[in-house]
Amino acid sequence: NINDDTLILLFILLDGTKNGETFAPAKDQFQEELVIRPLHSGDIYASFQFRTLWDTDFLQEGQKKVSHYRLFPKSLGQVLSKFSVQELHISFTQGFWRTMQWGQPFIPSPPGAELWVWFHDTVSDVDGNWKELTNVLSGIFCASLNFIDMTNTVQPSASFKPLGLGNATDHRFLRYATLPREIVCTENLTPWKKLLPCGSKAGLAVLMKSEKLFHSSFHSQAVHIRPICQDEQCTSKAWELRQTLNVVFDHYTSGQGKKEWSLFKMFSRTLTEACPLASSSKVYVDITDNPELFELSPATPLLSQAVVLGDRRTYSVYDLTRAETFGQLRSFNLLLRWKGDNMLRPLLHAERYVAGFGLQTGEIHTVIYNNHPYRAFPVLLMDSVPWYLQLYIHTLTVTSKSRDNKPSYIHYQPAKDRHRPHLLEMLIQLPPHSMTEVTVQFERALLKWTEYTPDPNHGFYVGSSVVSALVPSMVAMSTNFTQDQPLFSSFVPVKEESSYFVRVYTEPLLVNLPTPDFSMPYNVICLTCTVVAVGYGSFYNLLTRTFQVDEPSPPLAKRLANFIRRIRGVPLLA
Amino acid sequence: MGLLSDPNRRKALTNLLTRLNAPICMVCYLAAIVWFMGLAFEPFTLRTYMSENAMGSTMVEERFSSGERALSLAKEFDAHKRKAGGMPVEWLVKAMQARGLEVFTQSFSRKLPFPDENKERYMVRGTNVYGILRAPRAPRTEALVITAPCSPGNSDNQAVGLLLALAQYFRNQIFWAKDIIFLVNEHDLIGMQAWLEGYHHTNITGMEYSPLQGRAGSIQAALSLELSSDVITSLDLILEGLNGQLPNLDLANLFYAFCQKLGVLCTIQGKLQRNDWDTAEGYTHAAQTMMLMVLKQACGRSWGDHGLFLRYHIEAASIRGINGFRHYKMDVATIGRLLEGMVRKLNNLLERLHQSYFFYLLPSLSRFVSIGYYMPAFGLLAVILLLRVSFPGLDHFTFFNPSGPGVLTVLTPVVISHLTGVALYLLPVHLQEMAVEHFPVSETEAVVLTAVAIYTAGLALPHNTQRLLSGEGTEQGWKVLKLTALLYLAVLLGCTALINFSLGFVLAVTLVPITASMTPHMPKALSALAMVLLSPAFTILYCVFIYQELIEAPVSVGEGWMLFLSVISQGILDHALYGSLVYPLLALFIYPCWLMFWNILFWS
Repeated sequence: NINDDTLILLFILLDGTKNGETFAPAKDQFQEELVIRPLHSGDIYASFQFRTLWDTDFLQEGQKKVSHYRLFPKSLGQVLSKFSVQELHISFTQGFWRTMQWGQPFIPSPPGAELWVWFHDTVSDVDGNWKELTNVLSGIFCASLNFIDMTNTVQPSASFKPLGLGNATDHRFLRYATLPREIVCTENLTPWKKLLPCGSKAGLAVLMKSEKLFHSSFHSQAVHIRPICQDEQCTSKAWELRQTLNVVFDHYTSGQGKKEWSLFKMFSRTLTEACPLASSSKVYVDITDNPELFELSPATPLLSQAVVLGDRRTYSVYDLTRAETFGQLRSFNLLLRWKGDNMLRPLLHAERYVAGFGLQTGEIHTVIYNNHPYRAFPVLLMDSVPWYLQLYIHTLTVTSKSRDNKPSYIHYQPAKDRHRPHLLEMLIQLPPHSMTEVTVQFERALLKWTEYTPDPNHGFYVGSSVVSALVPSMVAMSTNFTQDQPLFSSFVPVKEESSYFVRVYTEPLLVNLPTPDFSMPYNVICLTCTVVAVGYGSFYNLLTRTFQVDEPSPPLAKRLANFIRRIRGVPLLA
Repeated sequence: MGLLSDPNRRKALTNLLTRLNAPICMVCYLAAIVWFMGLAFEPFTLRTYMSENAMGSTMVEERFSSGERALSLAKEFDAHKRKAGGMPVEWLVKAMQARGLEVFTQSFSRKLPFPDENKERYMVRGTNVYGILRAPRAPRTEALVITAPCSPGNSDNQAVGLLLALAQYFRNQIFWAKDIIFLVNEHDLIGMQAWLEGYHHTNITGMEYSPLQGRAGSIQAALSLELSSDVITSLDLILEGLNGQLPNLDLANLFYAFCQKLGVLCTIQGKLQRNDWDTAEGYTHAAQTMMLMVLKQACGRSWGDHGLFLRYHIEAASIRGINGFRHYKMDVATIGRLLEGMVRKLNNLLERLHQSYFFYLLPSLSRFVSIGYYMPAFGLLAVILLLRVSFPGLDHFTFFNPSGPGVLTVLTPVVISHLTGVALYLLPVHLQEMAVEHFPVSETEAVVLTAVAIYTAGLALPHNTQRLLSGEGTEQGWKVLKLTALLYLAVLLGCTALINFSLGFVLAVTLVPITASMTPHMPKALSALAMVLLSPAFTILYCVFIYQELIEAPVSVGEGWMLFLSVISQGILDHALYGSLVYPLLALFIYPCWLMFWNILFWS
C-alpha cells in the first residue's frame, strides 16, 4: 500500500504527460469566477479566477510570429513565443497562508514572488532565456524579478512537473526561483489587471480596488500559463492563461467584531454586470456549512456540488450573465452573517524554523504534520537554501514518531559559493497521525563586505520549502473532465479518485549572518593606517639606521683652544 | 619611535619605570578610582539620543484607553489563579483566543540542583501560555514579544490584565508588520528559560519542556512587564541581563522618550533623575545610581525576566511599575499607552536594534557612559599588573635555565590551586547529600557551607603541598611564579572586563593592589590578613553591604552574612539553571589565581 502510494506520487510528479486534459471548446474564450468561502476561523476567503483560452500553437508549427491577438494579452503572448516557454507560473504573495486556521487554498503560493518556468525542449541556452525572461517579466509585472539570478535559481528534479500538456520531464528545461522578500502592492496589481480582457472596467474585476484588497490578512495574485487540449481528442493545443487572485479578509479588524460581510463591505463595490467578453461569469459561495455557520442573502436557487481538495462542498451559484441576478437595483450585493465558529485540522500541514543561537551555526527544522487518522502517504519535500548558509548535509535527519524515517528518494545538489544554492529534495513517507521532523545543520558564511545588503542587520531570507503530496481523499475525487466544472476545482488534474494533489509552502526564514559594524570602516581605516605607519616607520628606522658611538662634543674652552691650534698649525688636543 | 630605537633614551625610560615603579603603580591605581568615580559626573558623560532612524519621532497618537478593562481582567486572572493554584491555563487560553490570538501552551519541569530557599522551590513544574497576534500580510519572519509573569500571591496580576487588554487593542489595528507574541510565563525565569529554549529548540541547561507548536520567526525585541498595583507612581527600567549583558541602548532611549512624551515618572535602579549635578548631593546621587548598575551587572544574574533573551541576541528590557508614596499617580491606561507607543516604534524597525551602544553605564536615564569612557578606568588598573610583570627584578633568567627554578616548582602550585578551584566548583552541589547526612543543615545550607569550607581549606592546602613536593623554594622560584600569576591575572581580568566590565573592574579594584605588591618578604601575619580581606569571597561580602547601603536598606553584620550566604547559593543556582558564568569564573579561575599569590606569600 505504502509503496503503491509512493509510486503513484512519483508517477504523477515525475511523469507529467497528458496532465491537464481540461477539454475546452475550440475558440478563444474568457471565463471569470469568484469563489467566496467563509473560513472556519471566521475570516473570509475570496478567490478570483480568470481564464483566457487561446486556440493557437505558435511553438510547434513554426508560427513564431503571431500578430493577431484577441483576448489573450499580447505582452504575454510575445514573451511566450520569444522565449519558447512551455509553461509559466508566477505568483506574488503578501502574507502567509495560515493552513491551520484556513485549511487549504485553491492554488497555494509562498510569501513573496515565485516563478517557475518550463522551457520548450528545443531551447539550447536555457539559462540565457531564463535570465532574459526574468528581466522581461520584471518589467511586465513591475516587480523585482530581475533579482533572480543563478544564486537563487534551482532545477527541482521532482517537485515541479508540468501541469499542462507536454511530455517534458527533463528537469534541465525547468527553472524555479523564489524571492521571499518581494513586497507586493498596488504597482503589481495594476499590470496584473491590465492583462484581463475587460481590464477593471467590467465584470468581477471591478471589485478589485487596491485599498480594500491590501487591507486584508493575505493577498496573492498569480498568472499561470500552460498548454492544454482544445478538445477531447486532443488533436490540437490551446494556451490557457489563468489569472488568480486570492484574498483573505480579517473579520476582526475590519468588522469591528461584528461577524457580518457583504460584497460591498469587502470590496467597497457591488457587481453590476458581467464582463461582456466573458462566456461565463459566476460567483460561488461555499455554503457547505450552512445553516450552522452563516446565512446568505439574497438566496439563490442554483446550487452546485464540487469535490475540492478531498472534500465535497456545496456552492450557491450566482450567474452574472443573467439579468435576474442583479435584481431590481441593477446591482448585486451579497451578504453573509456568521452564526458559529469552529476549528478544522488540515490533513497536511508544514512549518519551519531556525533553531539555535549565536552567529556561527544553526539548524533548520522543517516539521510536517500528517493529520490523517489512519492513512500514511508520501510527500516530496523541496528545500532551496542560499549558499551563504553552508548546509552540513551529513547532519540531515528525518524522524517520525521519534523514530528514524529513511527517505526513499533524495536528490541533493550542493551549493557553490556565489554561484548556486543548495537544492534538497526528498520523498518521505508520513505515518498516519504523525509529526515528521526534518533537521539539517548549517554554518553561516562570512560574506564579502560588498555582498551585504543595504540593511544587513535585518537578516537574510531563505525561501519557503515546498511540500508536494497526494493526500488521501475523504470522498471520491472526480476524474471526469468532460463535465463543466467550476474553475477553482479544475486547476490541478486529478488522476485517481482516492487522492488529490496538494502543495504546502512553509514560512520563509529570516537568518542573521555575522555582520560587521558598517560604521566602522572609517575607524578601521584610520586605525590600520596609524598602526601601519607607526610600525613601518619604526621598523624602517631600526633597519636602516647605522648605530655609531656618539663622541661627546668637547667643552667650549677645548674647542676654542683647538681652533687657535689649527690656525697655528700645532697638533690638536685630543 | 626614536624613544625605543635610541638605546640611551630607552635606558632612561627603563630606569625611570624601574625606579619609580611603585609610585607609578600607586598613581595608576588612584587615577583609575578617580576616573571611575568621575564617570558619574554629568559634564563628563554624554546625553542619550536615539540612534535608530526607524524609531525617530512620529506624529502618532497613542490611543489605548482600556485601562478599566485591564484591571477587571487582572481581577479575573487573580481569581482563576487562586482557584487553579498556579497558572490558570484554561482560562488564559480562552481569554487569549477570545481576543483573536493563536494560542499555544508549553509545559515544563525542572528539578533544581538543591532547593532554592529564597523562592521556596525545588521541583518546579509549570505551564507557559502564549498567544501570537499574526501581523496581516507578514510572512511570519519577525516577531516582538511582550511578557508578563504569572507570579504566586498578589503580584503581577495587573501586568497580565494589561497584557490581555493590549492584545485586544492591538488585534484591532491593521498596521502591524511583525507578529506579536503575548507570553505569560510561570515560575519567572525558569518558565522564561523553558520558553526561550523551546522557541529556539536548544537545551543548554537540562530543562525538560514540551516542544512549542507555534512560532513567529526571529524575535526582534522583547519587553517584560511587572505590575502589581492598580495605580503606580513611577516606572522602573531594568536592563541588566544574564552575565552582565545589556540590551541596545536605543531600547532604554525609547523607554525614556515615551516617559517624557506621556509625562510618566521614570527611574533606573529605582532612582529618580536629579537636575542639580553641580551640587554634592546631585553628584552622589548619580554616582550611587551608577554604582548600583555596576554591582548589578557584576553579579551576572538576570534582574528581570528580560535578561534571558539577551543570549539569543534579542534586545529586551523589563519595565516595573512602582507604587511609591508620591502624589502623582498614573493609571494602567497610561502604561498601556506607553507600551503601545514602544511596541509601535519597535514594529517600525527595519533592522534589529544595532545602531546604538551595547556597552554602557547609566548614571541616569538621560546620561550614559560609553565603553570608550569607562574602559580607561580598567586600563589603568591593568597597566599596574603589566608594570609589575615587566619589573619585578627578574632580568636574567629563563624557565629553561638549568640554574633557574625547574618548571615543576612553578607548575605544582599552579596545578594544585586549580584543583582546589575545581573542587570548589564541583563539590558543593555533589556533596550536598553527604553533608546533609552528617550535619544538621538543610540542603541549601549544606551547599553554601561546603563552598565556604572548601574555600577556607584552600588557604591551608597549596603552600604546604608545594613545600612537601620540592623542598626549599628558591628566590627565583617565587619570582617566576609571581610572573606567571601576574600575567594570568592580567589576562583573566582583561577578558572578563571585555565581556562584563563591571565584574572585571570590581575584581580588579580588590585584587590588583594586594597581588601587585605581594612578595614572600613582607610581614607574614599582616599581609596574610590583607590578602584574605581582599580575596574574592570578601569582595562579594563587601558588594553585598555596599549594595544594601545603596538601595537604602542597610543591614547588620549578621544579616549581611546571611545575605552573603544566599548570594552564593543564588550564584550556584543561576549557573545551574540559566548558565550564568560568574560562579564558574570565580571558582575555576579567579580563586585559583588568588591562591597562587597566597602561595607566594608563604614561599619559603
